[in-house]
Amino acid sequence: MSLLSVTDLSVSINGMALLDDVAFTLAPGEIFGLVGESGSGKSLTALALMGLLPQGALTTGHAELEGVDLLNQSERAMCALRGNRIGMIFQEPMTALNPLMTIGDQVAETLMVHRAMPRGEALAVAREKLDRVGLPEPRFPLNIYPHELSGGQRQRVAIALAIALKPALLIADEPTTALDVTTQAQILELLRDLVEDEGMGLMLITHDLAVVAGLATHTAVMQSGRIVEQGLTEPLFRARAHPYTAALFAASAHQPKRVDIGTTEPLLVVDHALRAYTLARPSAFAPRPLLHAVDDVSFTLHEGESLGLVGSSGCGKSTLTRAILGLDHLQGGEIRLFGKPVGRQMPNDMRAGVQVVFQDPYGSFNPRWRVDRLVAEPFHLLPTAPADWRERVAEALVEVGLHPDDRRKYIHEFSGGQRQRIAIARALITRPDLIVLDEAVSALDVRIRAQVLDLLASLRVSHGLAYLFISHDLSVVRAITDRVLVMEAGRIVEEGPTEALFTAPRHEVTRRLVAATPQIPPDWMEKIA
Amino acid sequence: MKPGLAIGGVLAGVALIAALVSLVWTPYDVTVLTIAEKLQTPSPAHWLGTDHFGRDIAAMLMVGARTSLAVALVAVGIGMGLGVPLGLLAAARPGWADELTMRGNDLIFAFPSLVIAILITAVFGPSAINAIIAIGIFNIPVFARVTRGGAMSLWTLDYIRAAQVAGKGRARISAEHILPNIANLLIVQGTIQFSLGILAEAGLSYVGLGAQPPLPSWGRMLADAQTMVTLAPHVAIFPGLAIVATVLGLNLLGDGLRDALDPRLRRAR
Repeated sequence: MSLLSVTDLSVSINGMALLDDVAFTLAPGEIFGLVGESGSGKSLTALALMGLLPQGALTTGHAELEGVDLLNQSERAMCALRGNRIGMIFQEPMTALNPLMTIGDQVAETLMVHRAMPRGEALAVAREKLDRVGLPEPRFPLNIYPHELSGGQRQRVAIALAIALKPALLIADEPTTALDVTTQAQILELLRDLVEDEGMGLMLITHDLAVVAGLATHTAVMQSGRIVEQGLTEPLFRARAHPYTAALFAASAHQPKRVDIGTTEPLLVVDHALRAYTLARPSAFAPRPLLHAVDDVSFTLHEGESLGLVGSSGCGKSTLTRAILGLDHLQGGEIRLFGKPVGRQMPNDMRAGVQVVFQDPYGSFNPRWRVDRLVAEPFHLLPTAPADWRERVAEALVEVGLHPDDRRKYIHEFSGGQRQRIAIARALITRPDLIVLDEAVSALDVRIRAQVLDLLASLRVSHGLAYLFISHDLSVVRAITDRVLVMEAGRIVEEGPTEALFTAPRHEVTRRLVAATPQIPPDWMEKIA
Repeated sequence: MKPGLAIGGVLAGVALIAALVSLVWTPYDVTVLTIAEKLQTPSPAHWLGTDHFGRDIAAMLMVGARTSLAVALVAVGIGMGLGVPLGLLAAARPGWADELTMRGNDLIFAFPSLVIAILITAVFGPSAINAIIAIGIFNIPVFARVTRGGAMSLWTLDYIRAAQVAGKGRARISAEHILPNIANLLIVQGTIQFSLGILAEAGLSYVGLGAQPPLPSWGRMLADAQTMVTLAPHVAIFPGLAIVATVLGLNLLGDGLRDALDPRLRRAR
C-alpha cells in the first residue's frame, strides 16, 4: 500500500499555473527523489502537500497521505497533521531553529503541542531523539542553544525535531545544500538510516543529481511545474530518455575544454601568511585564546594558471581571500602580487590587477544602481575613468554573453546566472591578470553552471587570465583548475595537479573530501555516449 | 502613482500652501483682537469661527502652519544633518568611533526629552527658535541609531566588498552605496520625526515654551482652547484636525516616496 499518493496536483497563483498535473506515489520506507532546477516547482509541491501555500493559491487534484486527502482539510486539521504525520526539514539550518530556545526545548515543544505531553516526559523523548540523530550526551546536553552548534549539528537538531513524533512522511527540501561535502555525506547517511529504522517515507527535494543517485530508490525529474519523467532511480538515470533529463546529466558532468596557458612566471606569491583572531575570554580573567584562521600558508600562483583552493567551511579560505584582495592585513608573512606587497594600503593600479567574483548573485550588486554604473565601478581604480567607458561596459557585457542594451537595466531584472555574468563583466573591466572566484558558481543551477564554467574557460584564453578558484565543491574545481590546494584548519595540507590529486589523494583530509563528494556511479553514465 | 502618495501629497500640500499664502495674505489680521466677536461658530464671515479673543481661526491656522511646519522641518533637518553622518561613521568604523558616537547618543537618549527641552527654553528664553533647537537635538540620536542599524547590515554584503576591491574608501562607500540603500529607512523615520516634531512643538507651546504670543502655532491654539472645549468645541477641533491631517499626510507621503524611489518596486518600462 502506498503511503502518499498524489494525482493530478495542479497549483496556480493569481491565475499563473505553477504546478501542472503532478502525480507520484511513495511507499513506506522508500526514498523518493524530486530533482529539478530552481523555479521548477519542487518546493512548491512540498508546500502544497503541507498546506502552506501563500494566499491566493488555487490547488486542484488529490494528495492522499494514509488515506487522508491533504488538499481539502481545514487549517485546524492540517495543523494536527503537520509535525505529527508529516515532518519537514528545510535548507537553511541557521534560520530553521529559534535562536532563543535551547535545543531540548525546541524538540520537546512539538511533543508538548501534539501529544500534550508533560514537559519532563517530552524532554526525555527529546533526549532520545537527539541521541538518535547523533548528538549524544554529554557533549550535547539539552540546554545548549543553536548558536553553540555548527551548521551540520543544527541540521541534526532540525531532523530530530522533524522525527520527534515518528511521522509517516518526512519531506526534506534541499537538506544539505547549505552544508559542506563531508557534513552533507553524514546527514544523508543519517536520513537513509532513519528511513530504514523507522519505516517512514522520505521525499527528498534537491537540485543535485548525484545526491539522488546515491540515495533515492525512486526519482522524478521536474521541469517548469511538470514531472517530465519518473521511475526507479538507476534505470531512469541510465536511460535518460527525456531530453531534459539528458540535458541535466550532460550539464552536471560537463567539463569545459581544457586549456593550458599557464606559465612559470609567478604572479601571486603567498609567503608564510599568518592571520589569527582573538576569541572571547573563556572566563573573566583568562587570556583571550587565539584562532589561527590562516596558519603559515605559502603558495605561488603563476601567470595564466587556474588554481583551486578547496576545504570545508571554516578552514580559513575566506580569511585568506580577504588578505589576497588586500582587504585585511596579515600578522605574519607576506603576500606579493607582481612582486609588490599586497595590503590595505596597496596602490590602486595594483588593485586593478586583481578582481573578484562572489558567490551570492543577489548580494553582489547595489540594487539602486543600473548595470552600466555597477560594471564600471572598478574604473575608480584608474586615475581617470576612460572617456569611452560606456563602450567598454557594452563590450564587457557582450564578452560575458549579454546584450549591450542591458546597460540601462537594474539588477533585479536579471536571473541568477545573468547576474553572475554581470559580476564577471565587472571583474573584467579593468583587464586584471588575476580573478578570484569565491564560490562563484556554487549558487547556480547545473545547466547555468555549465555555461558559466564554459564562459570562464574561454575568457581565460582570450584575456590570458589567472584564476584562484575557491570552492567546497570538488566536481567544479576538478572541471576548471590546473592545480589544487587543499586547506584544513588554516593550513595547506596537500597540493598538486588537479587530476592526480583527486584520483590519488594522499592526505587524509583530501581523501575524506573526495570520498564524501556525492557521485553518480560512473557506469551509470557510460551507456549512452 | 499609488493612492497613498497622492492623498499624502495633497494633505501635506494643503498645509504647505496655507503656510506660504499666509506670508502674503490672510483673511483677517491675527494680531488684532476683536473681543466683541469672540467664540463665534463657523459662518460665512469666519469660515472656521473665532477664538476667545475674536481672532479668525482660519487665519490663525494658516499662520500657525508656518510656525509648526518650520519648527518640525528644521528640527528634522538638524536631526538628519547630524545624526545620519554620525550613524554612517559609527557603522563604517567599528571600534572607538562607533563606541564614542553611540555612547554619546545613549547620553542624549537617557534624558527625558521634554524635560531637557523645557530646560533649554527656560535657560535661553521661550521662543520658536529655541524650541527648534531643543526638538532637533533629540532627533539626532534617533537618526544616528536608525542609520547605524541599517548601514551595519549593508556593510556585510558582497557589493560593499566589491566596492572595496574597486579601491573605494569607507567615506565614499558610505555615500555611494550605503546611504541610497538606507534612504527608505530614513524617509520613513523622517516623516515620523516630522510628525513628532509638530506634536512636540505643540507640546512645548502648550506649556508656554514654544512660539510666543502673538505668533500663533497649532499647539498654542490647542492649549488656549482647552479650557473652553465644552463651551466652544470648534476652537479646539480645527487646530486638532490640522495637526492630524498634516501628520497623516506626511506619513502617507513618506511611505509613498519610499516605494516610488525604490527601483525594485518600480514597474518595468
